[in-house]
Amino acid sequence: MTKFDENRIVYREVVKAGDPWMHEVKAGQYFRIVDLEGNQAVDTLFYNAADQAERYSATDTIREQGKIYLTTGSELMSNRGNKMLTIVDDTCGRHDTIGGACSAESNTVRYAIEKRHMHSCRDSFLMALGSCSCNHGKTMKKEDLSSNINFFMNVPVSPDGHLDFDDGISAPGRYVEMKADMDVLVLVSNCPQLNNPCNGYNPTPVEMIIWE
Amino acid sequence: MPEAPSYNGFVWKELIPAGAHWSGVIRRGTVLRMTDLQGGANVSMLINNLEVKNERYNMPDTLKAQKTAFLTTPNMCFSDMGRVMCSVIADTCGWHDTIGGLSNANMLQKKYGTKTYQEAHNDYFKNGHDSLINELEKWGLNESDIMPNLNWFSKVRVEDDGSMTFVENNSAAGDYVDLRFEMDCIVSLSTAQHPMDPSPEYNPKPVELSVYKAMKVEQDDPCRLHRGENERAYYNTKVFYGENPND
Ligand SMILES: [Zn+2]
Ligand SMILES: [Zn+2]
Repeated sequence: MTKFDENRIVYREVVKAGDPWMHEVKAGQYFRIVDLEGNQAVDTLFYNAADQAERYSATDTIREQGKIYLTTGSELMSNRGNKMLTIVDDTCGRHDTIGGACSAESNTVRYAIEKRHMHSCRDSFLMALGSCSCNHGKTMKKEDLSSNINFFMNVPVSPDGHLDFDDGISAPGRYVEMKADMDVLVLVSNCPQLNNPCNGYNPTPVEMIIWE
Repeated sequence: MPEAPSYNGFVWKELIPAGAHWSGVIRRGTVLRMTDLQGGANVSMLINNLEVKNERYNMPDTLKAQKTAFLTTPNMCFSDMGRVMCSVIADTCGWHDTIGGLSNANMLQKKYGTKTYQEAHNDYFKNGHDSLINELEKWGLNESDIMPNLNWFSKVRVEDDGSMTFVENNSAAGDYVDLRFEMDCIVSLSTAQHPMDPSPEYNPKPVELSVYKAMKVEQDDPCRLHRGENERAYYNTKVFYGENPND
């Protein structure tokens, strides 16, 4: 178990509801996401900072651990079978990686054709890819958006194959903490979804903390 | 087993050997039938829009829209752009995996050892990940286009605690699944074994592809009617093709 030490924080920022965020976490550093007000979904993608063609793979991660939910001990695997980060602490207990990110287009399908113009995670991801200074000047595109993790989100699957979006199991102040196994770029959309219970219909801020 | 339908006419067919890879264009308005000739086949598949290649089969949107973790009739495969790529219009198998992912070189080496081209010629060990990259590159696509894929004929069950089990003998000799394409698509596939297949032998199976002309998609089509989400995605597809979306 890691000891969180205020004196070793190298970066700390509150990401407002519906905002994108991108930052590098170096190998050996710890990365904590705090669900400040509870019931928030944090859509997250990871890339090898040196070669962004290597990225988080949802299917490789769940298959290698033999379980669809993520929690303490889960090793987040890349599309090339390498360990990217390890979840070392988790006061929420379960995170989803099947449910993907919302987009303007999927909103038309899931809710109503007129919902296209609501803000979405893919818009946030694309905004970060186009404007962030920390991806080493490399251009990333829509093609680089693979299936993400939804921290603090609950998407249960039953043995008969039924899948659902359930109310979150997070609460104010709960956090998930990872240790990076390689230098990673973290791309986050603090989900702006207003149409389903993943945010309790009320997106709220989260805090990002990196320490050594 | 009842005679399989031939829809509006036969177009072509081709045998895909065990452990091989293939890609091609399947047009809107045609039906791709995959037949498991011997039982126990697995077809790992990715689908891209032929015109806008970064529009791809999207596992999360497909599952969320239909509240299912696996595919069978009358499910549709959704793209990441809120449209329908293909519809499962017939299926004698009943469960097709969407979450197990692809085999890779490391996994095969650990499970089965190595068999190189130099030793085994065309019987060398091919894995799903490398096979799909091989096909994607032919269309200007690449490793970035490897997304969570479909695994036709394979079954992965999720227990209440989230643990994943590969269910053996899900598909029998002669089982088939018919996909009606609603979009002109690049279909890339590998017949390598499912990554969770516990068989100690490298023992992939062949499949037959056959293509038919589809019947007109009516307003009361079971796939369109399945859920409101399906009809809205079909509406978006009609708009994409410049057709009246309310037809
Ligand atoms: Zn989300
Ligand atoms: Zn979202």
